Amino acid sequence: MLRITENPLSAEGAISAVTKRTCGAVATFIGVVREFSRGRQVSYLEYEAYPEMAIAKMRQIEEEIRNKWEIEQIAIHHRVGRLGISEASVVIAVSAAHRQPALEACTYAIERLKQIVPIWKKEVSPDGSYWVGMGS
Amino acid sequence: MRVTVKLFAAARAIVGQGEVSIELKEGSTVGDLMEHFFTRHPELKGIAGSLLLAVNREFAERSVNLQEGDEVGVMPPVSGGTDA
Repeated sequence: MLRITENPLSAEGAISAVTKRTCGAVATFIGVVREFSRGRQVSYLEYEAYPEMAIAKMRQIEEEIRNKWEIEQIAIHHRVGRLGISEASVVIAVSAAHRQPALEACTYAIERLKQIVPIWKKEVSPDGSYWVGMGS
Repeated sequence: MRVTVKLFAAARAIVGQGEVSIELKEGSTVGDLMEHFFTRHPELKGIAGSLLLAVNREFAERSVNLQEGDEVGVMPPVSGGTDA
């Protein structure tokens, strides 16, 4: 359920992976590549991960979530490599018996992912490329 | 003792290698290891304040003592997921 992949992501795949008969809700988040970033046009993004540590940190996020909310399953799939405009970089799906824990856990998962999961992106634009997060 | 250093994103671009094996004196810390890199790659020192460090895939401070066979990660602040 926790995955780093170079292949295109499937939201439907993540949803069906977390859906169980006991679930009444599945909350999803899909992060997609936006054409404009901080006023600059983006041609494409290049994502890089520290895969073993990224999976370990995703596991930590799942543990934190299970300590806070009653959820059934969680899937976090992050893509690496070259991604074009509107392609999905991350898909998160959380299932639970009820909607509130599913929605809250899904929000928490993407916020924590952006804090502690070692994945980086390089923005490639018509006038050059740069790594995001270096104070730019 | 020998440790493996994995560098990512901007740190990898500056050093020009994604993985380096380095021989260190016994009792060396993560900070000692970073000095090794800063001497050879002054540009890396320029972003030293924002670098994240990990030992065996867990975030670590510069004061942590290294052991034979440790895997050290040197990386910029993370920027995965989405800007949305």
